[in-house]
Amino acid sequence: MIKGKFIDNLPKVYGIYTGGFIGFIILMAIAEQMGMSAKAIGIAFVAFTVGIYAVIGYLSRTLQVDAYYVAGRQVPTVFNGMATAADWMSGASFVAMAGGIYFKGYGYMALLVGWTGGYILVSTLLAPYLRKFGCYTVPDFVGTRYGGNTARLSAVLVLTVASFTYVTAQINATGTIASVALDIPFEIAVYVGLASILLCSMLGGMRAVTWTQVAQYIVLIIAYLLPVFWISSKMGAGIFPHLMLADEVARIAELEGQFGFVKNSAADLATVPKGLAGITKAHSSVNGTNWGFISLAICMMAGTASLPHVMMRYFTTPSVKSARRSVAWSLLFIFILYSTAPMLATLSKLSLIDPTLSTGIIGKSIAEVQAIDWYQNWNQANLMFVSDFNGNGTVELNEFFMGGKAVVLATPEIAGLPYVISGLVAAGGMAAAMSTADGLVLAIANALSHDLYYKIIDPKAETAKRLIVARVLLVIIGFAGATIAAMGIQGILGSVIWAFDFAMSGLFFPLVLGVWWKRANGPGAVAGMLLGLAAGTWYLIHVRTGGAGFWGITQLTFGIFGSLVSLVSMVVVSLLTAAPDKATQDMVDEVRVPSGKTVLGKQH
Amino acid sequence: MSNKEKHWGKTKGLLFITLAIWFFFSIGIFFFGTEMEASSFRPFGYPLSYYMTCQGSLLAFVILNFWFAGRQEKIDEEFGFSEREDK
Repeated sequence: MIKGKFIDNLPKVYGIYTGGFIGFIILMAIAEQMGMSAKAIGIAFVAFTVGIYAVIGYLSRTLQVDAYYVAGRQVPTVFNGMATAADWMSGASFVAMAGGIYFKGYGYMALLVGWTGGYILVSTLLAPYLRKFGCYTVPDFVGTRYGGNTARLSAVLVLTVASFTYVTAQINATGTIASVALDIPFEIAVYVGLASILLCSMLGGMRAVTWTQVAQYIVLIIAYLLPVFWISSKMGAGIFPHLMLADEVARIAELEGQFGFVKNSAADLATVPKGLAGITKAHSSVNGTNWGFISLAICMMAGTASLPHVMMRYFTTPSVKSARRSVAWSLLFIFILYSTAPMLATLSKLSLIDPTLSTGIIGKSIAEVQAIDWYQNWNQANLMFVSDFNGNGTVELNEFFMGGKAVVLATPEIAGLPYVISGLVAAGGMAAAMSTADGLVLAIANALSHDLYYKIIDPKAETAKRLIVARVLLVIIGFAGATIAAMGIQGILGSVIWAFDFAMSGLFFPLVLGVWWKRANGPGAVAGMLLGLAAGTWYLIHVRTGGAGFWGITQLTFGIFGSLVSLVSMVVVSLLTAAPDKATQDMVDEVRVPSGKTVLGKQH
Repeated sequence: MSNKEKHWGKTKGLLFITLAIWFFFSIGIFFFGTEMEASSFRPFGYPLSYYMTCQGSLLAFVILNFWFAGRQEKIDEEFGFSEREDK
């Protein structure tokens, strides 16, 4: 078919696509001037972009096993970098991260360090070696390296727990955005989001997900950067915010000193709608313990290296060398967005709290703020709230509350940008959440269909049957995720962080030692995965139910405890049991050099 | 020592250097949050602690990753282990 040609023409194809998307933005901007309603623009943006992803998904349909699982292993380095970046940057990165930084300041920026530093671990410790291994899924590596169905099954278990925690958060994010942009109830919007996610992945598996993720990266990066640069210029803060916001950061610190962080009484806080928060921590100053910062960064880094939906992206490159280079490109593409998030948080905060700016609301009268258009819109969406706790008639810093998502979704409107930008941001958020959800759902479904069904239950299954099972599982997992997302148990950012801790608890050391320690054996790996996961889960439940934690580990960093238990039990059990046989040791040697055949065959 | 063992020895050496730099930027410097904040060295005018966490360390990782990939490729070539079908 057009396959070979398609790969050669990628830069052209995506160049035209990017041009088309920019054309669409301009078209919408003109339509807005001609009187198109805000609601119609929002719908047009989401429908247009999701429609394109669906078309790509349909065109990439496949009936081949290696195309379905690893996109035929022919995704070029830079494009795989883009796809990984989209796979990686979730609804949490796009919609929630700037909000987290806005509220928690310096302490939360440990996430930025963790979510980028982890890629050093990915490229040095794992990705090239797993690519050489030639596996379809992460449990495929564990099952073959350690031998035996118990190890394979344990890996499937950890993968499912971590990825499922993560995917509910992503479906939650698609639901939030779809409900705001399309103006439908959240419970229904969640399923609209799910339908769009499945459209991209069902027919073409990894191949379809790869090409939609590249398209989604382009949309999300334009949607994230454009408003930040625009707002920065508009506020006179500088045309290149990353290098020019020092004065604004200093000004926020000055205002913080001037207003002070007044603590609200519990009774007052009870009147604030659920999920909204006020500014209670310093923006740029060190506002927590060093260990608090470092422990969070460590968990995110080790989690990054253990999350299967990221790792499996590097199985799709044509060679080991390109897998390694591709990690570097991924990180560059991720850096572009992550370095922008704190700038957005700074601009957003300053425009709201600086009384000398026309957009500032602190110091204005309550009635005045309640009459602002955007305040009414976002108050209605349950993302903004003011209340006159001290009864002096004006809004104080401690009397203004906002939802974390509002920082990204509402700032363009607050700063007075045309609505077309808000529509673009909605499309970007949708792209970010969808791309990650796709990768996750596929990771779970592939592990279940390849490792559980094909490798363990029915090794004689024919290709057609395997692919049908894979697709049925995809739909089931998607629905299960959406159902749980609709219940809204944990916020987006919280569940994402948990997913990292789960993955780190169960998979980090079994994966790393599988390559770097020849003596590691099956029983050790099983002990490491199961005890690590159990210990991490125990700690989380322990702290959540009011138990006292230790070593300064919180419910966001329980992976530290889980992975330590995992490491110790894996080493101890490995040393107490027999060393792996010669064939396995040779296999590890083989994985350590890039040249030669992969350990597992092209189709297996 | 066989060719493979030498290759692996050099690969491990590169790993340790890379991880040492990684440790410095991801963990090491953040033991000194308040000291960095008080520092008179302020890149682009930002407090050093703030700059490192929102840009500096991130940028260091990007550069480190490309550098590492290049070095490892050289090691693979040196011992004749690079892939032929590379694009």
